Amino acid sequence: MATAAPAEPVALITLRDATVSFGDVCAVRGANVSVHAGEAIAVVGANGSGKTTLLRLLHGAVAHGGVRSIASSAMRQAMVFQRPFLLHLSVLNNLRLALWLGARRLSVDERRARAAEALQRVGLFDLRHRPARSLSGGEQQRLALARGWAIRPDILFLDEPTANLDPSAKKEVESLLASFAADGMTLVMSTHNLGQAKRLATRIIYMDGGRIDLDLPTAEFFSIHSGRRADLFLKGDLSWSLD
Amino acid sequence: MSAVAVSIATAFRLIVGGDPVLLRTVALSFAVSGTACLIAAAFGLVAGAWLAIAIFPGRRVVLLALDTLLALPSVVVGLVVYLALSRSGPLGSWGILFTPAAMVIAQTILVVPVVAALARQVVADALRDGGDQLRSMGAGPLLGAMLLLLHERWAVVTLLLIAFGRAVSEVGAVMIVGGNIDGVTRVMTTAIALETSKGDLPLALALGLVLLAVVALVNVLIAFIPRGRGLAVAELR
Repeated sequence: MATAAPAEPVALITLRDATVSFGDVCAVRGANVSVHAGEAIAVVGANGSGKTTLLRLLHGAVAHGGVRSIASSAMRQAMVFQRPFLLHLSVLNNLRLALWLGARRLSVDERRARAAEALQRVGLFDLRHRPARSLSGGEQQRLALARGWAIRPDILFLDEPTANLDPSAKKEVESLLASFAADGMTLVMSTHNLGQAKRLATRIIYMDGGRIDLDLPTAEFFSIHSGRRADLFLKGDLSWSLD
Repeated sequence: MSAVAVSIATAFRLIVGGDPVLLRTVALSFAVSGTACLIAAAFGLVAGAWLAIAIFPGRRVVLLALDTLLALPSVVVGLVVYLALSRSGPLGSWGILFTPAAMVIAQTILVVPVVAALARQVVADALRDGGDQLRSMGAGPLLGAMLLLLHERWAVVTLLLIAFGRAVSEVGAVMIVGGNIDGVTRVMTTAIALETSKGDLPLALALGLVLLAVVALVNVLIAFIPRGRGLAVAELR
């Protein structure tokens, strides 16, 4: 009797020969990549390599050439930016606004409950009436994560979510991301920190000069010697950021 | 005692004593200019937000025209509104020439460009910080721009105070379309012009002092708006 083959993971977003240009500058060229349900992908690379643009391309936030196809099960997306933009409103109202924009099918009561749940999850419930802009950098990033998580996105994009944070705030954000991933949320994040990528990601995409140079499972990425510039990047970063 | 000193003393007596003519004139000024600013806010804020995000052929020309309208001469506005509302004009059937309603229309036309141009600037600046985030959260362009006006509400208050200052201190338009009728369309600026021409300096001076106090109050209110919130507009002034 034939046994059933293991189910192929669902491709939520697929790029084929996707290109993004800003004037004469080609920020991402010929990108071929798929994001599958349940993955935690880290996009790494040097400054200007196209990490953020690839993230925005996957999120659908930039005009592009080539093909970007999206599964119906990936329509709900959220993105956490390096410097979160919070409105001059209370912590709670920032969250309510995000839910109003991103989860309009919910009733007012459901949105209220979801906002409280999200704030409890990131440890900001006691600060819910504080002006959002008076929070510390780490707290603001946690609020941004709560805002993203609250709408229960099919994919959560994170653009260097810990870049401007001190070590303790970094740790808090990382543990939240790890818990999101453990819940099965699909994560796609850009980061400079290879240690963080190793801790959080199941798959690494290495960008170089706007191209996807390597796309490997995490363990494989850190063990192979590709004989390419990725090796230099790994050496340069591993020396100071990998725990 | 010099004539000026007598005038100042009389002016203070009228103000402190609550002279009914003075109070009526001041109240009408506030009512007309306040209503004009509220209407201008409704149109100008939406127009400014839309202009900050809209991309269309001739956008630069429209923005240039809007900036030009910031210096719109009030007598020209008065003349145009007069022609429109006069018996033979296209809106003559409304029958509102020489009424406060006509003055509100004239002042609204005068301050809509102020509100729209400043609101556009406020939204354009805020878009650089938060536009991508709001779009990512699901806000369409116009909704995002309106949310940024909410975000920058202190700057919006500042620009509305600027608009009110412009409206309450203008004389040309309300003189032409209001006719400066005692007890009906006489506001502070037209009363000052009239009393000065009649040689009744105390009342003119009293009204001048009240007008000055109003403008000073507006500036004090602007100064009390927290820095960094009304800053975007404050820099434009």
